[in-house]
This record gives sequence, structure tokens and C-alpha cells, in this order.
Amino acid sequence: MLGVGQAILVAALGERMYQLQILESDRYVMLADENRINLQLLAPQRGRILDRFGAALAENHQNYRLVVIAEQAEDITATLDALAGLIEIGEGDRRRVLRDIRRKHPFVPVVVRGSMSWEEMARIEVAIPELPGVAIEQGLTRSYPLGETAAHAIGYVAAVSESELGRDPLLELPDFRIGKSGIEKSQDAELRGSAGTSQVEVNAFGRVVRELARVPGRPGKDVVSCLDAAMQDFLARRCSTEESVASVLLDAVTGDVLALVSNPSFDPAPFAIGLTPAVWQQLSADPRNPLTNKAIAGVYPPGSTFKPVVATAALATGVLTPETPISCPGYLELGNATFHCWREHGHGTLRVREAIKRSCDVFFYETARRLGIDRLAAIARSFGYGNVVGLDIPGERAGLIPSREWKLATSGTAWSQGETVIAGIGQGSVLATPLQIAIMVARLVTGRAVVPRLVRADGVMPPGGDPTPPDFPALGVSPRVLAIVVDGMNAVVNEQGGTAYAERITDPGFAMGGKSGTSQVRAISEYEHEHGLPKISEIPWRERDHALFVGFAPVGAPRYVCATVVEHGGVRGGHGSEVAAPICRDVLREVQRRDPARRVPRGDTLAQLHPLDRSPPNADAPGG
Amino acid sequence: MASFSADLGRREPRLWQSIRGISWGLVLLICAAACFGIVVLYSAADGSMDPWAAKQTIRFAIALILMVGTALVDIRHWFRAAYWVYAIVLALVVAVDLRGFVGMGAQRWIDLGVIQLQPSELMNVVVVLALARYFHSLSGEDVGRIRCLILPALTVGLPAALVLKQPDLGTAVMLLMGGTVLFFIAGVRLRYFALTVAAAAAALPGVWHFLRDYQKTRIYTFLDPDSDPLGAGYHILQSKIALGSGGLFGKGFLQGSQSHLSFLPEKQTDFIFTTLAEEFGLVGGLGLLVLYSLIIVYGFAIALRSRNHFGRLLGLGIVTNFFLSVFINAAMVMGLIPVVGVPLPLISYGGTALLAVMFGFGLLINVGAHRDTRLNSRGERRPG
Repeated sequence: MLGVGQAILVAALGERMYQLQILESDRYVMLADENRINLQLLAPQRGRILDRFGAALAENHQNYRLVVIAEQAEDITATLDALAGLIEIGEGDRRRVLRDIRRKHPFVPVVVRGSMSWEEMARIEVAIPELPGVAIEQGLTRSYPLGETAAHAIGYVAAVSESELGRDPLLELPDFRIGKSGIEKSQDAELRGSAGTSQVEVNAFGRVVRELARVPGRPGKDVVSCLDAAMQDFLARRCSTEESVASVLLDAVTGDVLALVSNPSFDPAPFAIGLTPAVWQQLSADPRNPLTNKAIAGVYPPGSTFKPVVATAALATGVLTPETPISCPGYLELGNATFHCWREHGHGTLRVREAIKRSCDVFFYETARRLGIDRLAAIARSFGYGNVVGLDIPGERAGLIPSREWKLATSGTAWSQGETVIAGIGQGSVLATPLQIAIMVARLVTGRAVVPRLVRADGVMPPGGDPTPPDFPALGVSPRVLAIVVDGMNAVVNEQGGTAYAERITDPGFAMGGKSGTSQVRAISEYEHEHGLPKISEIPWRERDHALFVGFAPVGAPRYVCATVVEHGGVRGGHGSEVAAPICRDVLREVQRRDPARRVPRGDTLAQLHPLDRSPPNADAPGG
Repeated sequence: MASFSADLGRREPRLWQSIRGISWGLVLLICAAACFGIVVLYSAADGSMDPWAAKQTIRFAIALILMVGTALVDIRHWFRAAYWVYAIVLALVVAVDLRGFVGMGAQRWIDLGVIQLQPSELMNVVVVLALARYFHSLSGEDVGRIRCLILPALTVGLPAALVLKQPDLGTAVMLLMGGTVLFFIAGVRLRYFALTVAAAAAALPGVWHFLRDYQKTRIYTFLDPDSDPLGAGYHILQSKIALGSGGLFGKGFLQGSQSHLSFLPEKQTDFIFTTLAEEFGLVGGLGLLVLYSLIIVYGFAIALRSRNHFGRLLGLGIVTNFFLSVFINAAMVMGLIPVVGVPLPLISYGGTALLAVMFGFGLLINVGAHRDTRLNSRGERRPG
């Protein structure tokens, strides 16, 4: 009986084994593999960002991390003490390391120092035989050879935030970095590449025993930007003389942004590691907004730089002819309001070319009044105002071209003619970014709807020039009208009496045209009109006028456009010529000097299609 | 001189008889099982004799000599020494309770300097030994009397209570079951078992109240192991994964991922059957069970052929104990019964357990070698 009972029980064991090992075996094989096989992602190397000639603007830098592995160190505190004798280890770091060691498995490396200088690395490398448990790990960090100089255009990378987690499993890697601004952000998909995988066998404690299979990832692609590193550097240096500047240098024909500066800037590299709260606080509290790309996200009343658009609109619609005279007594009275010219006693009777040259306010008050806001706004929009122009990095702002509907929607009151008049000199509600001002001129000098770009799809510039430059559609404004306005802008710089005559380029063949502007941050009161403006030194920085200038060169066959806004840079109630124009002048001279071929543009620029009947645009140009 | 030579003439053949009486087939089976165990221990240490296989080999060699020695001693000596041996081991268990130190979360060890003895493991065998002697001396009518069953019940109950207090649920269960079986073999009436079971069932809620939390958890876990795969159910789930993934022929020697990557707990002791069945599959696992069955059948044959009641009881008790530990361990790792700490005899790593099993087999072989010896109620050789 006992034997039978035991036989039954043994049979039960056998049956159970059969059930587990034969019937349900597949399921358990799968579970066993799930147990032991761990899929690890291999982060791809991020692509570089190059300038138009192939120089690196963002690359990956080898970096050395100092780690300790608790199970290899006999006495972790002794090891840390020994390390402290070689490099500086703060008390906070030390506590963090000891805490991490307690919390993690003993075979997990704990980072003591995220990045070490070459010298520190060498010191530890030499002593490593006496430092059990210490190891140096190599990693890649993003580095920016131009540093602060190109931070706004190139952007930076930083750790992935919660809201950015998407379908890409790479984003969940703790050390992974993605682009947060500039080209780093807009081209993130190209630069990122795709993850490789490594199948590893792990034990019950998570320790990797061996690698079973490896699928290499696809490294990120290099992205070629339109920037010219030399010009970027030049422009940034030139802008650093002013407190707060935004400037953009364009190739008017292709729309390529050759340089883009917003000053003050910031160092993009620390973002990859993570900013300290103190640095972050300092950056975000600065009234000059170092983190904002003011060239595309700073909106300013364009002031007198808006006048060429008004002139174009008037000529194109027939409101003015080149010969229509308008008299400037120094003010325009409209109903019971008085609009003053910057020149107290007026300019006398002017035609459009002269009005641009001398930047007469009353002429453009009257022109705008005759045009009406609707026609003015339509032309302004076609020149790129009032809407994002479509630069291929994030953060661009639209500025504002006011309209009747806008006025009604925002304030609930009807449009008044006074607002049209004030819009005629780019004040009132009109707002534009430096990029928009540059694009306006690029469109003016080419007659085409130029769209700016920071990223070149065609790769690095071949030595012979772009084989397939972008083909922009025509603006639909008569070339003859454009030629008259461009000629007026030539006179601004190159004729005596022009508002920027002092800033002309005297090198033969390099001469620029342009338009100066000053935009008021605060209204000038009637009292000040009567008793004189306060001295610049008496106005707080934040209330001073913005100084603007937009220039193009060479004036005979325009290729390059530079727009500059010096925030609160107005000097003595000037025209923007005093601080903004010299920057444009120097940059336009430099970019022409550097132009490797001194190439004549393709021949479809307006100035060549319709050569102006003038003597060579240089210093010898006759005064107005 | 004459008497001396006559003595010699009588004794030598008896020792020779004893040696010849040893069931060498059983010894061979035992050695085969132990070798299998050493192979698995070698694999459990990632293909190394250290730390388990080498030690276990030496221990087995010593235990083998001890077994043969035990087998050769005249059965009457064991009969007479039965209560004394029981008393000594019981005293050791008490000593462990008094001055044991905490190891594996339970007080079980006594440090003898050379080895750490776990006296509770020896308790099984000596309880069987003591009960065999007691029932041998009891007449058929006395077995039916309750008052004659109180003393043997205490013989089982006292060490079981002490072991449970250590706390070692596995050994306590083994003691109770092994003892109960001996009562059954001795011919105690079935209604007493029925009564005991009824009483136990009635006491169950009370016992539940006194169980420690981890013991309760083990029972919950047994009832639903998948409910808490990383907590209490971890051991049994990992064990089932290891067994199941072994399949028909196993993953191969040294290839068990579950055991080598430490997913399997206690892979060299309580869960060694899993280690084995993962690498050698259903074939290896059933092979071991067949080996065990042969040993058990052999043991039954030896016990039943004994001409004295003591030998039969002792033999059957030892074989049944052996069977119980095999069954409890195997059923546990397969998830058939709750996890109780019972080692797999002859295979699991551990000195005392091996010693106890081999001591038991020594007694069993002794029974076989002295099957014709007749014993009276006082352990004296009966004439004829």
C-alpha cells in the first residue's frame, strides 16, 4: 500500500515534468530568454554642422569621464582620497559619489567627474595602477568651434525633456542629447541618425555577461549650413562693440544667410551638460536677452528703413511718379493732429528719389496718406513684412503690418488716417525683424520673392559656385519702379546730403547702397517738440531709440544685403547711420573682399537687367 | 586458547558474512546518484570544482566509509543504542536552540570546529531508529492502545516542535510525516490517523495565527505564484521557467541560462533539481527520478526481507523518509507544493544532510546484511 502510494506520487512528479518541460516548454523558453537577453540601444554619433565651405561649426569632441567602480575598489573612500590628491573633488561631488555607490549595483560605474581636461586625464592615467576601481571612460560631447559667435544660428543640444519624448527610443537614453534651437533643432532628424542595438546577456543582477549580437546604427548626417564661418566671425566681432545688436548678412540672389548675429550671445556648449541654475538665472534675467535670436525674433519698428517700401508701393500703384513733387514745411497737419519731420524746418519741395536720400518724413506721411493703409500693407507683405519669411530655423517672429481688421480686432476701434500716416515712416504699429528688413532689400534689388535659408541642401559650395541656385518667383513689381527706389538708396549713401553719406564704401567697385532708420521706443511729446529733445545721456538706455541700417553691395550689381539693428543705440536723435551703418559698411566691404571670384552675379539681378544710367557707383558719385 | 580460537572462528565469518550481506547494488545506485549530484554542482559553479563540487566529493567519500561502517556494526548494537543515539541528537538540537548562531536567516547550525553540524537534519533518521525500536518491543495488542502511543508521539513531536521553533518548516514537516508513516507501518489503526487529521484541521486556523509572516507569504505564493513575479513568487516562477525552458533534452551541460545567470535561487541546494533539469531536460530529470525509484524499490526489498520487526520498521522508515524528501523537494521546485526548505537527498550541496542520508542508508544496508538476525524485545539474539 505504501509502495503504491509512492508510485502514484512519483508518477505525479513525472507528469508534472512532462507538463512543464514538454507541453509548456515554448512559453518557458521565451520567458528564460526574456530574462537573460537585454536589448541595449547604441546611440549614433551626431552629424556635424558645417559652414558653406566645409568648416566645422558643430562637431563631436572626445571627452574623458572619470568613474569609479565600487566592486573593483577595495576601499572606496581611500580611492576617493587618493583621487582628491590628484584632481580637485568638491565635498558635494564626494557625497554624491558615495550616495550613488550605495544606491547602485557594485559593478555600475559612478561618474566622479563629467569631463576632465587633458592634463587632469594624464595625471590620473599615470597613477591608475595605484587607484583600484578608477577608470576613465571616453565619450563624445558636442562642441562648437565658434563658441558664442554663432550660437543663435547653430543652436545647441541638451537633454531630452519629458514633452519631447516621442516614438524614437533613442530619446529615452539617459545620455542622449537633442537639438533645442537653431540648426541643431531644425535639422535634428538629419543630424541624429538612427539607433543601433546590442543584444546582451545579463544575469539576475543586470550585469552584462556577454554580447550576443550587434546591429550598428546609422550615424547622423552632416548638415551644411549657408553660414560663412569667416563672415560670421567678422560680423560677431564687429557687433560686439555695441551693447545689444542684431545683424544679418544675406546673399540677395540665393537667400543664403551668410552670417547671423544676435549680440550679446551665450556659450552653447554648457547646455549639453546642463546649465547650473546660476548661469541659467544670469542668462534669462539679462535685459539684453542673450538667449533670444534678435535677428529673427526681435521685432522693432523699422522706422525710416520702411520708406523704400512706401515709395515702391506709391510708384507701383501710380500714386506717385518719379516726378511728383511734395512739399515739406517740417510738419504735416491732419485734422487737429500735427506730424513732425525729423528736420525741424523742413526739406522744401522733394521728389521721391530725393525724399529717400534725405529720409524726409513729411514726404512719406503724405505718400502714405495718398496710398491708404490697404495698398501699403499689401505691398509691404509682398516684401516679406507682417509674416514669417520662412527661415529654416525655429523661432522666427512675424512682426506686424497693421490693417483695418487688425485694429478693429485688437482695440475695437476703427482705423484712423493718422495711423496710416505714421505707418508711412515705419512707426506706429509697424514691427519688423532685422531678417525681414534684409529680405525686403533682397527682394527690392532682385525683383524676386527671395526666401532666406540657413541650410544648404546641395552640400558644401563647390569651388565654381552654386550649380543650381534657387529660382525664386518674380515679385510682380515693375523693375523700373524697383530701379528708382534702389537708385534712391544708392543716393542715401553715395551722394552728398544722403543720410549715410559719411558711411559710404570708398573702395572702387565695392560701394553700397542702403537706408538708415531710427525707431522710437517712446513717443516724443509735444513739449519736447517745442523745447528740444533731451540729451541722449539723460535718457535711460531702455528708452533710447533703436538705430537701424540696411545696406546692399555692390551697388551696381547687388549681391549682398546686410541689415543691422542696434537696440537703443540711437545717438543724438540721429538716423541710425551713426552706429548701425558702420557695421553694415564694414561687413559689406569685408564680404566683397572675401568673395573668392569677385564674381559678377548671375546676371538676373535687377541692376544688371536695367542698368541705371549713372556713373560707376563709388566715391566719385556726384553729390545730391 | 581453545575458546579464543573458537571465538575467532565464530566472529570472522560473521564479519565476512556482514560484508557479503551488503547490498552492493544499492551502494552502486547511491554512488551513481551522488556522482550525478557532483556533476550538477560542478555546472552550478560555472564549470568549476570550487566552491561546491570538490567539497561535496570529499564529504561523499567520508560519508561512504561511514555508511559501510554503519552497515557492518551488528544490528543488535544499533538496537540497543537506538534511544541513546536519539537522546544525543535531541540534546544537540536543544543545544542549537540555546547557542546556535543565525545563519540563512534561521538558527540551525552548531559549530563543531571541523564542520558545521545541523543536528535537525540527523533527527529524521534517529527518530525512525528510536520508533523502530519502540514498536519492535510493542505487542500487537499494545499498538492498539492509545496510552502506548503517547510516548512515540512525543518522540516525534518534541523534536518537531523544537525544529519548527528554529524555524525550519521543511525539516519539521519531514519529521512529522516520516514519524507518521512509521506509526502506519507499525500497524497503528487508521482511525487514529483520521482523528489526528481531524484535530489538525480543527487546529489549522489557530496554527495559521501562529505562522510567521514569511511562512504565510510562502503559502499565498504557492496558491498564486504569478501574482507577484518579482517578490515572493520569484523563486518558484524562476524555477518553473528554468525547468520549462529545459525542454526534452535540456540546454546542455554548463548551458543553463537560468542557473548560470543567477536567476535561479539556491541553485546548489534546494533548487538543484531545477539546475539539473534545465541542463539535462526531461530526460535528465526523469533519469534521476528513475534512479531514485530504483533505490527506493531496492530499499523496500531489503526492508521486507528482514526477518525481524525492528529491521523491517527501520528499513521501511528510512526508505519512506528518503522518498518523502525526494518528493517534497521535487514537487516544491515544480510548483506542486509550497516552498519548504527540504534538500534533494544525495544531490543537494550540504554536509549534514548528506551525512544523515548516508547514515540512514548505512542502517538500511545493515538491516539487509543482518536480515536473519532475530531480536527479542531487549535486543538480545534469540536462540535458533
